[in-house]
Amino acid sequence: MTNPNKSAVQLEGITVRFGDYTAVENVSFEVGEGEFVAIVGPTGCGKSTLLSVVAGLLLPTSGEIRTFNEATKGLNRWVGYLFQQDALLPWKTALDNVAIGLIFRQVPTQEARQQAQEWLAKVGLKGFENYYPHQLSGGMKKRVGLAQILILNPKILLMDEPFSALDVQTRNLMENELLRLWQEDRKSVLFVTHDLEEAVALTDRVLVLSAGPASKLMGEFTIPLSRPRDVAEIRLTDKFLEIHREIWHILRGEVLKSYAQNF
Amino acid sequence: MPKISKLHLYQIGLFVGSLFVWEGLVRAKIADAFFFSMPSSIFLRLAEWLIKGDIYRHLSITFIETLSAFVMGTGLGIGIGLWLALAPKALKVLEPYIKAFNAIPRVVLAPIFTLWFGLGMISKVALGVTLVFFLAFFNTYQGIREVNPVILANARMLGASRSQLLRHVYLPSTAGWIISSLRSSIGFAVVGAVVGEYLGSSAGLGYLIAQAEGVFDTTGVFAGMTLLVVFVLILDSVVNQVERHILAWRPSGT
Repeated sequence: MTNPNKSAVQLEGITVRFGDYTAVENVSFEVGEGEFVAIVGPTGCGKSTLLSVVAGLLLPTSGEIRTFNEATKGLNRWVGYLFQQDALLPWKTALDNVAIGLIFRQVPTQEARQQAQEWLAKVGLKGFENYYPHQLSGGMKKRVGLAQILILNPKILLMDEPFSALDVQTRNLMENELLRLWQEDRKSVLFVTHDLEEAVALTDRVLVLSAGPASKLMGEFTIPLSRPRDVAEIRLTDKFLEIHREIWHILRGEVLKSYAQNF
Repeated sequence: MPKISKLHLYQIGLFVGSLFVWEGLVRAKIADAFFFSMPSSIFLRLAEWLIKGDIYRHLSITFIETLSAFVMGTGLGIGIGLWLALAPKALKVLEPYIKAFNAIPRVVLAPIFTLWFGLGMISKVALGVTLVFFLAFFNTYQGIREVNPVILANARMLGASRSQLLRHVYLPSTAGWIISSLRSSIGFAVVGAVVGEYLGSSAGLGYLIAQAEGVFDTTGVFAGMTLLVVFVLILDSVVNQVERHILAWRPSGT
């Protein structure tokens, strides 16, 4: 099932313009089957734009997306997308939020709820079935969001700074949780973050995007850290620090450029 | 609980106090009873109406007119609001017409409706509908326009079809807007019915008030107004109950 040499998503020469503003320019990369890839870059470098393009929510100005070697048009049916902001339906309970994707696929309500219950338990929210999103903490909402997507068993996961709004402890917890769930069936993951430590701790490969406008791919680093990992502990190893320093060397310049433009 | 009862005490105190002042001013001949009437006479008149029983016919007619205008106006408003918010091309064609119709002060339509539909209930319902429709329409439209784009994108990524989006995202998200429009709509429906009756009819609360005015019966006018207030307050509390039921998912206190 897992074969990083086989491509899951392939971006070729993706350029996105909004009017006169060029968000990303000529970006090409690949995510292999079962591969966990991060895109890092300073704020406003078009990371989220790239995810929207892969999801099919945004049409690129030029370039092509191929998913499992098929040109992708319209919404990408292979992917699950965990948004940066809260995207749960506030008028549905945690259980119904998780079940909703199955309901959309005409699965009978009873069965959808049954599966949703199992998934809520899997993300550690047994007993919170009847809570509405506003009654849940930030971390819990992310768990519900994760279950909402994973219940549909997508081949590819897109994650847009999913944990950036959480406090550090909750964040480490969620990152480990994500790794544990990912380890189970190794989906392809494209994970966007501005936090280089998070990117190195979680992924197999890190792509560095330059400061916007007209962001380009600046570099690509394979992360030679063994799995399974504990995100809090791995940060203290020499190997981690070494690769972190190497990527930061490139990223730092971009971050400074981005600051110079925006502040 | 004691806090709430204290608040109620103040509210009742204010009400009773102002009635006493009113009564006192008229009895002391500072205000003229011909122009201002008196709470006691208004109360007696109301009692007389309720005992004689004639009033129930007027009330039921106004109620039926209000309810019909409310149901038809909000139904049309919500339906067309949904349609135009989700079909931008149709909206572009119809927008100037909607604005133009909404610019007409609705009261001037009353005589026309009376000509078209006669002195009976239909002309009053028609007037109420023109008032209620735009309120429901604009609120529904606005509600749809302000659906959270992230929630919408998420539902689409989870595979929602157009009709599923409508049912699971657009409608519940718009419910707050629609419901808040319902509360003002019920008021407008009453206005449509009463103004219609006032301008030409043979029954209803508006007719009653117009009749009293015609013979300078201030007591009758105030008694009619009191009934009207109670009538609207009851309808409002019903809508309030519905709102609580539908918006149960919202955090309390907002």
